[in-house]
Amino acid sequence: MSCANIVNSMNDSNTNGSTTVEKVNASLKRRYARERRFRRMGLSAVMLGLAFVSLLFLSIIGNGYSAFQQTKVRLAISFDEQLLDPSGERNPKVLSSADYNGLIKNALRQAFPAVQSRQDKKELYRLISNGGSFRLREMVLDDPAIIGTTRDVWLSADDDIDMLVKGHIDRNLTEDDRRVKDSVIAWIDQLDQQGAVDLAFNAGFFTSGDSREPEQAGIGGAIMGSIYTLLVTLVLSFPIGVAAAIYLEEFAPQNRWTDLIEVNINNLAAVPSIVFGLLGLAVFINFFGLPRSAPLVGGLVLTLMTLPTIIIASRAALKSVPPSIREAALGIGASRMQMVFHHVMPLAMPGMLTGTIIGMAQALGESAPLLMIGMVAFIVDIPGGPLDPSTVLPVQIFLWADSPERAFVERTSAAIMVLLGFLIVMNLLAVILRKRFERRW
Amino acid sequence: MLTEITTLNQREAGAMGHSAILRDGANKVKPGAGEFAGTVGKITLADPRMSARNVDVFYGDKHAIQNVSLDIGKNEVISMIGPSGCGKSTFLRCFNRMNDTIDSCRVTGEITLDGQDIYDKSKDVVPLRAQVGMVFQKPNPFPKSIYDNIAYGPRIHGLAEGRDEMDEIVESSLRRAGLWKEVKDRLDQPGTGLSGGQQQRLCIARAIAVSPEVILMDEPCSALDPIATAIIEELIDELRENFTIAIVTHSMQQAARVSQRTAYFHLGRLIEVGNTDDIFTHPRHKLTEDYITGRFG
Repeated sequence: MSCANIVNSMNDSNTNGSTTVEKVNASLKRRYARERRFRRMGLSAVMLGLAFVSLLFLSIIGNGYSAFQQTKVRLAISFDEQLLDPSGERNPKVLSSADYNGLIKNALRQAFPAVQSRQDKKELYRLISNGGSFRLREMVLDDPAIIGTTRDVWLSADDDIDMLVKGHIDRNLTEDDRRVKDSVIAWIDQLDQQGAVDLAFNAGFFTSGDSREPEQAGIGGAIMGSIYTLLVTLVLSFPIGVAAAIYLEEFAPQNRWTDLIEVNINNLAAVPSIVFGLLGLAVFINFFGLPRSAPLVGGLVLTLMTLPTIIIASRAALKSVPPSIREAALGIGASRMQMVFHHVMPLAMPGMLTGTIIGMAQALGESAPLLMIGMVAFIVDIPGGPLDPSTVLPVQIFLWADSPERAFVERTSAAIMVLLGFLIVMNLLAVILRKRFERRW
Repeated sequence: MLTEITTLNQREAGAMGHSAILRDGANKVKPGAGEFAGTVGKITLADPRMSARNVDVFYGDKHAIQNVSLDIGKNEVISMIGPSGCGKSTFLRCFNRMNDTIDSCRVTGEITLDGQDIYDKSKDVVPLRAQVGMVFQKPNPFPKSIYDNIAYGPRIHGLAEGRDEMDEIVESSLRRAGLWKEVKDRLDQPGTGLSGGQQQRLCIARAIAVSPEVILMDEPCSALDPIATAIIEELIDELRENFTIAIVTHSMQQAARVSQRTAYFHLGRLIEVGNTDDIFTHPRHKLTEDYITGRFG
């Protein structure tokens, strides 16, 4: 081959090459444009999601933060012996049934001597929550020596007053359009000028049970109910779920039956939760005769609901343990059970725990199945055990969201904040446990 | 003709009893490629540690091992070579019933350890695996401390009474595996933190800690660098004093270096078996010759 030929052929390849490069370059712009478009779309999807989440949080926090404070009114209560204990015997029975409301009424009349008409007095007495009398009774029973003295006591205001002080009632509306009369506003302003109105931390919101009166209503009962329910759920669903997963993954033969079981477990995970509630009603309450509204039954129902989640997560965790570890254990003469419990389970534990906590978080936020077994009842007492009637946080939110009083709106949002707080803590716990127990192999 | 040259077809041989297999034709005639008329070479030994007779292995419908018979002698290293997928690992795993863990796997035929059938219904697999240890292709230490890796076997079998005895077992196992000097100061550190070669020696130490009679090694050096490989090969030579070793390897050089006998597998059949030197210098079967001369595989 001559030199010229070689040069020619090189030229050929050159021209070929340059056209390839040109073609690539021509399409390059389009390819990059497409990529940019896709990235923009993804980014805007993320932004949209974030925007909705922050909107949700803003609206909940904006509505609910004021529920953590409660309007208190200072009154000079004179613990009148004549009214409380005319006999002077300090008999606890007499003291506990005395007319403490009378004390409050006296104090109010003294603070506003100008109020004379029966109608106005009635309005005046409604400034203070009727929970105030319980507070005074407690004080007297704690220390009967205060009878006969006069003390300044901070008492919770009625929910309408609370709303007024927090600015949720518009003073510019005409009297007929708002829940608080002009005269009441004038009294409150007068008290305020004396420094007798204050916003204090609302500890009662976390400790008391439900109430028809918003200023006395709290989530204490619902939190205890949720704790008992989740405890029952955890105690039942973790061992059952993990045992089922281990059996299916490590011991069961691979045949048509285990396939059928696997399909059904996956189906069970997709069953609407209210169906589990109906099942619980039919089986646990009607057939076994367990008490209605009890956290025990709630826990049983939620166990049924979370079992598939835990089984599926635990099986995935077991599957992810490398077969080499199993072979190593078997190869040295470990029995199957020793292999599973000494080597496979410790490695699968983080995944199992994560699955369990996610299942628990689901159960904590579940309300529909619990409606069916009567945990939606109005229960004032704080449950003392898993057999006492109670409600749970999400159902409490559902109940309050249904109430017409303006003060329940902020309490609904506050309860949602508490529930979200618990969920965030549980998810954090899942992440921490996974990180802590994670071992490399 | 061919039946005279090599051993009998082994199904017939099995029917006739073991004496028929003993007919070892010392003939130089090589069967053509693809022809198989029974294993070439002497498959039986006078005093075997383990022996397999007419072993077939099925994975579902796949016939992975076809009618293989082979003896493994005392204190010898026997290597099993062959192209990928020839079934040498599958055959090895029959000796400690590791194939039991695979649901679709079925083993027929007879394998004995010191004269006892290991697939007998009365034979428990746990003591068998304590007698026949295994080292795997990929080093697989437990994600536990080096000490616990070694101590696990003796602990579950109850071989040590008290902490001192256990310490002794751990030390002697690590010494025999040539790892003691390197790890004696960090026995409490995870075994997974060692280098690849050290991990494999840890696995060998773990296997010998329960003092088995036989150690099966399934390509123990395939994940290691040449230096680590050389160390392990030396170790295998030393271990021969106390143990019987069956090693599967894809490296013919390794087979030549470490083993006294070599078995060549092809497509699920045992083609030829014999002294390692003979196999590599004078292969008698065409398939063996093709493989060791590098014509395929």
